[in-house]
Amino acid sequence: MVGVFIAHLIFALVMLGMVTGIIAYLILLERKTAAWIQDRIGPNRVGPQGLLQPLADGVKFILKEEFMPIHADKILFILAPIVIIAPALCGFAVIPWGGDLAAGTALPKFLGGWAFPHTFHVMVANPQIGVLFVIAMASLSVYGVVLAGWASGSKYSFLGGLRATAQMISYEIPMVLSLLSVAVVAGTLRLGPITDLQATYFSSVSFLPAWNVFTQPVAFLLFVTCIFAESNRTPFDLAECEQELVGGYHTEYSSMKFALFFLAEYSAMITGSAVAVALFLGGWHLPWIDQLLYHGAQPVATGWLGMLLKFVVFWGKVIAFLFFYMWVRWTLPRFRFDQLMNLAWRGMIPLSLATFVMASVFVYLRQEGIIEHRGWLLLGNVVLIGIMFAVTELRPADSGNRRMYVLNSRYNPIPASAKAELESAV
Amino acid sequence: MTTLATPQLAVQGFSSLYEIWILLGILFLAGLGFGVANVIISHILGPSRKGNVKDSVYESGVNPVGTTRDRFNVRFYLVAMIFLVFDVEVLFLIPWISSFNDSRHPWLHAAHGPLFLSVVIFTVILLVAYIYAWGKGVFKWD
Repeated sequence: MVGVFIAHLIFALVMLGMVTGIIAYLILLERKTAAWIQDRIGPNRVGPQGLLQPLADGVKFILKEEFMPIHADKILFILAPIVIIAPALCGFAVIPWGGDLAAGTALPKFLGGWAFPHTFHVMVANPQIGVLFVIAMASLSVYGVVLAGWASGSKYSFLGGLRATAQMISYEIPMVLSLLSVAVVAGTLRLGPITDLQATYFSSVSFLPAWNVFTQPVAFLLFVTCIFAESNRTPFDLAECEQELVGGYHTEYSSMKFALFFLAEYSAMITGSAVAVALFLGGWHLPWIDQLLYHGAQPVATGWLGMLLKFVVFWGKVIAFLFFYMWVRWTLPRFRFDQLMNLAWRGMIPLSLATFVMASVFVYLRQEGIIEHRGWLLLGNVVLIGIMFAVTELRPADSGNRRMYVLNSRYNPIPASAKAELESAV
Repeated sequence: MTTLATPQLAVQGFSSLYEIWILLGILFLAGLGFGVANVIISHILGPSRKGNVKDSVYESGVNPVGTTRDRFNVRFYLVAMIFLVFDVEVLFLIPWISSFNDSRHPWLHAAHGPLFLSVVIFTVILLVAYIYAWGKGVFKWD
């Protein structure tokens, strides 16, 4: 059985290389997207269309001077970027990148022709607690942020670290609950089977794929919001908002140490998108076209060609999701900190708890044999959204969140009634 | 240990349950090595010019005022405490999930009624604590 272990190990190293390579090009993609949205050209000097820009960035990061403030806690200061990059680079281990390779699939002749004795899961490892592993690796990154903010000895870093910690731990709870409401319906914590269950349609006559985004849209929205907050991306980038805190927790970092924070953020983005794709967007399932290719449901275990198709489809979905990240970053403005905390504690946590309880009720009724079809889950979600809007209407208005009118402003002018009041007061 | 684990492991083709964790450990070490190597390489290759002004922390160009290790707002502490309550609750839910919807063990399937009831009671107790904290103004940020 050593062959199976070695196959997994090789796959792990290939994925590690692939993820780090994609991170480098994501930074280019981010800058190109920003340029596109802001109607600029973007980086185009290094190589054709700026395609060698990541290499130039890497070399420049390595050759830059390292800087450490004199009051910094030296050990923790050096440790922080290492602590943040290590878990960020192994969160993708439990993602089912391409379904299964059927037992007996052989390597090509020039590689020895070794055949897999069992079904090979195209993932680094398939532990029984896959969802828990993802959550654990995502929440370990908070240590790096805390250490960086504390060890720098700078006020900007400290405030940024404090904010980032409060934000990341607050959004962790709805993230976990939304993941668990998917896991409870699937009845497993492995990511592979949860993806496999989605590779079908709502019913034999329906064209809607049975992806969890369609059966549990509330959980999907909660999860997407949370991964934005967990990776400190706009509109939740209060930890490093340039206008207030310079750079937040990595203000004092330079050269490769700074780059490691950057890489960890993009790595968290990739892992987050991959989890969203695997758990909510059908994973490797290619909707509609699979009917033409296989004359039926797309099989979980296939040969090399089927596996490659799944792999490409999965990465296509991930890249599309990453583009969505960037689109949001250059479209939405930043939240205020009280809005951020209100959204988490007064909005998303009760909603995610309700989603979880509703998913449990669905599973209970299914075990009782009362309901069978997954459409009931969608109906429950719609009802939940209705209840949410009704409760929001009933909730007392927030005193801290009022509109401020600005004198002589084109965008937010003082209304005529208020103007008359102001003038009479003067 | 072999009795419970064998059927699933046979599918994966591993000879021992620990091989999965060895793989994950190797991956973690690779990530750690990536971080350490990058820090060391840039330390060796980068220039180093020190000076009194340069070594001080960045405070928008003026001389640093006061100390950083100062008292900060108590709300962050409250958030951390409430987070602990919810995080432990979520940890309780994870083993509950793997036994609630488990078709492999008939005795677990037979007990799904009490299992469902237990999580309802659990959530209601948590909800009471949540409403109490809301009433006390823990979630108030303005």
